[in-house]
Amino acid sequence: MFVHALWATVYISIVAQVLGIILGLIAALMRMSNFRPLRFLSGAYVLVFRGTPVLVQIMFIWLIIPGRTVGFGAFTLKQEVFAGILALGVNEGAYMREIIRAGIDSIDKGQMEAGKSLGMRYGAIMRRIVLPQAARVIVPPLGNEFNNMMKTSSLVYIIGVYELFSDAEQVFSSSGNVAPFIAVAFWYLVLTSIWSIVQASIERRLAVSEHGDELSLRERAVAVWTEGGGVSRLGDWPFGAGGRWRGRS
Amino acid sequence: MTSSLEGLVLRATEVHKHFGRLHILKGVSLDVRPRETVCIIGTSGSGKTTFLRCINHLEKIDGGSIEVNGHPIGYRMKNGRLVEDSERNISRQRTEIGFVFQRFNLFPHKTALENVTEAPIQVRGVSKQEAISDAEKLLARVGLADKKDTYPGKLSGGQQQRVAIARALAMKPALMLFDEPTSALDPEVTGEVLDVMEELAHEGTTMIVVTHEMGFAKRAADRVVMMDEGVIIEEGSPEHFFESPTHERTKAFLSKIL
Repeated sequence: MFVHALWATVYISIVAQVLGIILGLIAALMRMSNFRPLRFLSGAYVLVFRGTPVLVQIMFIWLIIPGRTVGFGAFTLKQEVFAGILALGVNEGAYMREIIRAGIDSIDKGQMEAGKSLGMRYGAIMRRIVLPQAARVIVPPLGNEFNNMMKTSSLVYIIGVYELFSDAEQVFSSSGNVAPFIAVAFWYLVLTSIWSIVQASIERRLAVSEHGDELSLRERAVAVWTEGGGVSRLGDWPFGAGGRWRGRS
Repeated sequence: MTSSLEGLVLRATEVHKHFGRLHILKGVSLDVRPRETVCIIGTSGSGKTTFLRCINHLEKIDGGSIEVNGHPIGYRMKNGRLVEDSERNISRQRTEIGFVFQRFNLFPHKTALENVTEAPIQVRGVSKQEAISDAEKLLARVGLADKKDTYPGKLSGGQQQRVAIARALAMKPALMLFDEPTSALDPEVTGEVLDVMEELAHEGTTMIVVTHEMGFAKRAADRVVMMDEGVIIEEGSPEHFFESPTHERTKAFLSKIL
């Protein structure tokens, strides 16, 4: 049972994060559009989803989605799982919009002009010239977002999704034993630590021509445990002060 | 269109451009014939770079018209009025116009070769093989055959600008525009870029060059154009220009720069 709970947390976090990236990219491009209604929609989206608690969003989306299951072809999800993923993803998109926009803004406008002067169209320039370069700027904060996502995903326990935290909560309410919460904290720590190492490796690959300071896997693991949040390129420490948790919920 | 205008590569008529309240171009007209090399000179702020950017619609114009190979750039007639053309059409028109930037604007995440093959493959739909073989020839032509797998960050300014020239030539444009191509370079490498451009001029490439390099203008230009405060004040052959300029402003400018 417990393995299912661990898997549910990982799975919900990944799908919600991917959804957040897609929505964030769409919203970022809308924000940069010349067409005013698109800019307005993008602004309204961010205003609403950053300005209200994610817990309220989870509840609201859960309440408005009908049925007991939601199907995608051969593939069905429990309604509460779908609602949870959707709420986390839509919420995440509002934060990703700013991160992606900052990444795109960081690319010299000469790159866009060079693409235009060669007869390339906007979409192709974005996809082949601007976004691959912006990725370097986007990936580090994106990694921190995913770290947060794994922890924030625990909130979906409120709508009855079975995952790490609700597993512990069930054991606690039937036994009154506090130990499951310690265990659950440990497992979140394991997840975020693994992610920190993965993140550092991705960032290292992206930065390979910029920095000469390559760390081995073992050194990265050591750095995660000893230096924690102090090393920004290793991502957000699970207990770190930099978390967005408080601002968000 | 009358027969005397046929075959013009560029026909710019009374082009006006404002940046806010600043009136940058105050009616610029310029015709360029095939195989001609035109150098535009003038003080900074005279509007020469802006004019060049208008030719491939990197800047919108507020009045007048620009035609390349007989096609209006950036605008089309709709119900008797000029409206801005669609992005698709503007992009297609730009494939006919090569542009070399002052700051190169190479794609830093692509090798020299990939910079050159990108647009032929993506825009023209040329096969990868053909694009690569063309690009290798172009890189050889600008003297960089051995740098094809090098990223721009590892190339000198002069080398980057030569890759940028090869990148623009890869689209086989009817007209090449150079926007102060050596202004961002160290003096010792301007020569290698100017040599490439001079060769292009002698081979009969139609080009417009905004430059402060008077030596290049003397050697390579068929015609020199002096711009001042948003208008063309004088134009003529290099001999006329550098030996017997007529306009006071031209004289003052040349005496300062030569």
